[in-house]
Amino acid sequence: MGLNNPVQLCVTLVGNPNTGKSTIFNALTGLRQHTGNWPGKTVLTARGVYHYKGREFLLIDLPGTYSLVANSPEERVARDFLFFGHPDATVVVADATCLERNLNLALQVMEITSRVIVCVNLIDEARKKNLNINIAVLARELGVPVVATAARTGQGLDELKDLIYAVACGYITPCPREIGYGHYIEERLQKLLPLIQPYVSERRQARWLALRLLEGDESLLETWANKHLRDDSYD
Amino acid sequence: MTKIQELYRLAGELGDGRKEELQERIVKAIYRQAEAISGRVVSRHPGWACDWDRRIDDVVTSRLTGFPLMLLLLGVVFWVTIVGANYPSEILAALLFGLEDPLSFLFDYTGAPQWLCGMAVQGVYRTVAWVVSVMLPPMAIFFPCFTLLEDLGYLPRAAFNLDGLFKRAGTQGKQGLTMCMGFGCNAAGVTACRIIDSPRERLIAILTNNFVPCNGRFPTLIALATLFFAGSLSTSLSFMATAVVTTLVLLGVTVTLLVSYLLSKTLLRGLPSSFVLELPPYRMPQVGRVIVRSIFDRTIFVLGRAVTIAAPAGAVIWLLANNSIGGQNILKGMANFLDLPARFLGLDGYILTAFILGLPANEIVLPILLMGYLAQGTLVEPANFQDLGNLLVAYGWTPVTAFCFMLFSLLHYPCGTTIWTIYKETKSFKWTIAGVLIPLAVAVIVCGLVNFVGRLILN
Repeated sequence: MGLNNPVQLCVTLVGNPNTGKSTIFNALTGLRQHTGNWPGKTVLTARGVYHYKGREFLLIDLPGTYSLVANSPEERVARDFLFFGHPDATVVVADATCLERNLNLALQVMEITSRVIVCVNLIDEARKKNLNINIAVLARELGVPVVATAARTGQGLDELKDLIYAVACGYITPCPREIGYGHYIEERLQKLLPLIQPYVSERRQARWLALRLLEGDESLLETWANKHLRDDSYD
Repeated sequence: MTKIQELYRLAGELGDGRKEELQERIVKAIYRQAEAISGRVVSRHPGWACDWDRRIDDVVTSRLTGFPLMLLLLGVVFWVTIVGANYPSEILAALLFGLEDPLSFLFDYTGAPQWLCGMAVQGVYRTVAWVVSVMLPPMAIFFPCFTLLEDLGYLPRAAFNLDGLFKRAGTQGKQGLTMCMGFGCNAAGVTACRIIDSPRERLIAILTNNFVPCNGRFPTLIALATLFFAGSLSTSLSFMATAVVTTLVLLGVTVTLLVSYLLSKTLLRGLPSSFVLELPPYRMPQVGRVIVRSIFDRTIFVLGRAVTIAAPAGAVIWLLANNSIGGQNILKGMANFLDLPARFLGLDGYILTAFILGLPANEIVLPILLMGYLAQGTLVEPANFQDLGNLLVAYGWTPVTAFCFMLFSLLHYPCGTTIWTIYKETKSFKWTIAGVLIPLAVAVIVCGLVNFVGRLILN
């Protein structure tokens, strides 16, 4: 660790379409990826590098998605990257003016990875609409660090950088609250988990994978199986 | 049995074949949680809050006012571009062409051979000078205007308005968004088709993106509309030029809808899929930033690309125009060969040659054409727009020729970059060829018809 550590930290940006992900990406990296006010603007994942407190961060801007159910190519890209890419930190960019819908995605992301920071963006727009968001309570409810930003004016971006740094380096360990699915599903999960656990480092990921297995999501499992199960099926 | 199969089997048993129900339970649990948290965290200040967004949307997307407003916006953007681009174009042209003689002199002075001077100055330099003076001003005005609309949040509303029409054509409104991107660059428009989920509709959008004039063709259209339909710059005539350009764009949209309809009834049969398009909140664009960014990021970038293609193309065309095979000038030979089919389309051999040689980039069609004309015994070298108009008339151009030229430019086929992009996006040789042949067929039919009718009226 410390100054001699040349290892790049990998940070992903996820969020609903048109929440200002690309604006935040540009603000952090100093790059000028084109931004626009319509959903679906980012069809390719953009990458950029920035430095903070002596560490190098690789920032990956994933296409905007409403969920991670993987019905569309964007959702699949985002989901696969979060699960297989093992990012050091993930920033969920949420639109403060319609927080509830944005929290759906945040909760889904938090099921895959615990190293999450929720960035409540467009806080200035929300204020204009007379909306007040209690950031401290939100952080407590979610179990992850939360920061309010107005990326277009730069408000809150320093704090965001601090949080990314702290989470990616392991100085803060977020502890996302687990979603309870009720007796019916939990019972089935308990039967699957022991079979998956040996192959997955994090308990959270095993649980997420088990849920997808129950849903019968074959595209994901195929990829996963190719990565982890093929080798030892020969013994 | 492998472990993955074992897992599948167990999961299948646990699901009791009720996967949909399980999925629904899972999604519901997440939504309930999000709702609960949001309820604890978000509070609305008491006080007067008017939902401006909704009020504006009521007007902008209404059945009654939506379309006229869209047309009006389009017209205003074009008008601002046409009027605003004219003076800088004149000044740039005068400046750049004024440098041509000193450049030639410099070549003579250093004792460079005659052909080198010709190729470098009359070939490369002149083509580049044309591309810069014709393209730069309209782009520098159009791009910021368009980006302002984009940042404001208007584009999704336009797509929403168009959805009804696209539905009837068997596709969907998101195609409208990809067309908007096509205004900037068709290659970008084709890439933007990724936002369309249904493969069938995505393919239709890819194949028809060419019917939106990109920035390579847009300045050409504006230049010709200004020359032939707004002889001088009085206000009423600039409106006339605006009307011509707007009509052309509308025609492009009409053709898009018609071709989409035909495709969805024949090669790409299917029902239109529904889609969710969120109308984002209106946001005040950061005007200064938009102008700076769209000039430096887009305009300079696109211009740079055009120049890098125009420079070598200029050299090649100069060589064609100034060399002979078997006593026959090559460019002239090509033009003569193509003259007959071109006449049928209301064009002439040189115009068709220019379109064919302009395949790498549409920006260079007009410079190629001029070089072709000028190479056959120079009349006047156009130093400004007015001279250019006179030159074209001297070569037998009528308003019908100009209109057919504009139509052919609007419809013909995508540029080399876009064709390559279509191939990359569809990964299909067959569809790439369709992406070239369909527009070409449309262009031939439309130009042939317009020429036929135009001649009947004029005679």
